[in-house]
Amino acid sequence: MIEILTTGLLNTVQDLGRPGYLAQGISHGGAMDRQALAIANLLLGNEPSAAGLEIALYPFRLKAHVDTSLAITGADCPISVGGRRCPPWWATGIRAGETLILEAPRAGARSYIAFAGGLDLPPVMGSRATDVKGGFGGLGGRGLSRGDRLRLNATECQLPPGGRGVALEERRASGNGTASAIELRVLPAAEFAAFTPRAHAAFTGVEWSITNDANRMGYRLSGEALLLAAPMELLSHGIVPGTVQVPPSGQPIIQLADANTCGGYPKIATVIEADLWRLAQTPVGARLRFVTVPIETATEALRTARQRLDALAAARKISAGRLRPG
Amino acid sequence: MAVARSPRISVAGSGALLLDGAEVSFDDATQELVWAVADAARKLDGVRETVPGMNNLLVLFDPLATDAARLREQLKSLWSGTYPRTVAGALHTIAVDYGGARGEDLAGWAAHCGLSPEEVVSRHAAATYTVAAIGAMPGFPYLSGLDPRLAWARRSSPRLNVPEGAVIIGGMQAGIMPMTAPSGWHIIGHTDVRLFDAQADTPVLLRPGDKIRFEIAGMEA
Repeated sequence: MIEILTTGLLNTVQDLGRPGYLAQGISHGGAMDRQALAIANLLLGNEPSAAGLEIALYPFRLKAHVDTSLAITGADCPISVGGRRCPPWWATGIRAGETLILEAPRAGARSYIAFAGGLDLPPVMGSRATDVKGGFGGLGGRGLSRGDRLRLNATECQLPPGGRGVALEERRASGNGTASAIELRVLPAAEFAAFTPRAHAAFTGVEWSITNDANRMGYRLSGEALLLAAPMELLSHGIVPGTVQVPPSGQPIIQLADANTCGGYPKIATVIEADLWRLAQTPVGARLRFVTVPIETATEALRTARQRLDALAAARKISAGRLRPG
Repeated sequence: MAVARSPRISVAGSGALLLDGAEVSFDDATQELVWAVADAARKLDGVRETVPGMNNLLVLFDPLATDAARLREQLKSLWSGTYPRTVAGALHTIAVDYGGARGEDLAGWAAHCGLSPEEVVSRHAAATYTVAAIGAMPGFPYLSGLDPRLAWARRSSPRLNVPEGAVIIGGMQAGIMPMTAPSGWHIIGHTDVRLFDAQADTPVLLRPGDKIRFEIAGMEA
């Protein structure tokens, strides 16, 4: 059992989401930075899809009521476990009565806390992810509140003394990049050609700011207005996380994990799947730049990301095997 | 016989293709083709999910399990070689309290149509609607079949909280709110029928191809 001591309502239970229900209007949802949650789980020997916590509001504090292990990944924030400093991307033990504290990030935006065995919550449509819009999943379909108590699944997780962690090159590179714009790779989408030449130039030529209107559903950007060559009306159609829609105001919106499953605004581009974690880790007020890439680049980037996760999963299995006697 | 139009196919990210068969306005026969292609496409290698929209279809796939260029060709031939599927969907009768505090746009709607409130309500309740697609939010039905005399373009600015159960119209489409959420459609009445219950065995009540009739439970002009 863990108990939430300090939180904001935007902090939620998440796993890798709820695929398979888009045609019923139900978003995939799940962790905004899927890679970070999956790695947190793998560090503990959990399945990558085990339920953990997504922290977007700081400071965050929880108290352990049992001896257990946890892993914290994602944003680069000051972490203390029972008064001991702990780096991000690290799994460590916590004893009953000790407190975990996450302070506001130095870089990045979202932190993920996985627990040995995962959070014990009933799946809704195959997932424990919180769908705040639909009011289901996670902890009764809502964000975390002070005093919430969450049970953990039983497990035999054994960490080496001092814990264990990973160091990811691209996370380091982006971590100190807060002074310059984050680069996002995009593929042109259905209505790309319907925009003016000036809009095309602006889309990839200027830096975009993330406005305050940024949450798990999507980020509204501000910059030069992107205009269509002629007005157009579209019938509603399915959209995926990463879709860059342009409403009549010309200020683009990037649809994210909890976005509506269908939309009607013209789409200028889609952020590639392998770069969605960068958005999850980009705070309000930060700047973005879009770079158009060929589809082969998008596929290769996804392959690289997936291979790394597979390698980590394989390494964990081997070390787990070694720890088990006989 | 299927009209072998070929859809416009666009890339919707590294793992999705959008097939768009929309012409000038929504077409019921095209929608039956969309349903049929959605079912057939789900059986293709590497396809994860299909999402019927209004005369269009989003196909999600694993780009590491199939080749996007090959999938595009497969989807093209499915579209031209598949017969539209007439769905013998369930008929749902939905009782509506029209107008009043929970149907605040009734008077404006009637004025827009140049009809009396009684006339718009009786026309709305006289039609049989088809669930063309479910989307946007859990269980939300896009309904086709609205009497063209009743069409009313969406509000220029959406309301932030349109309540669960609101019976709404937007342009040529009709709908019912499965949960309280923002919407730019007009609110003409209210129903107690629940369209979405996450805890139920079948969380979403309606399916594409189902028919809807609205019944006048009450009216307050």
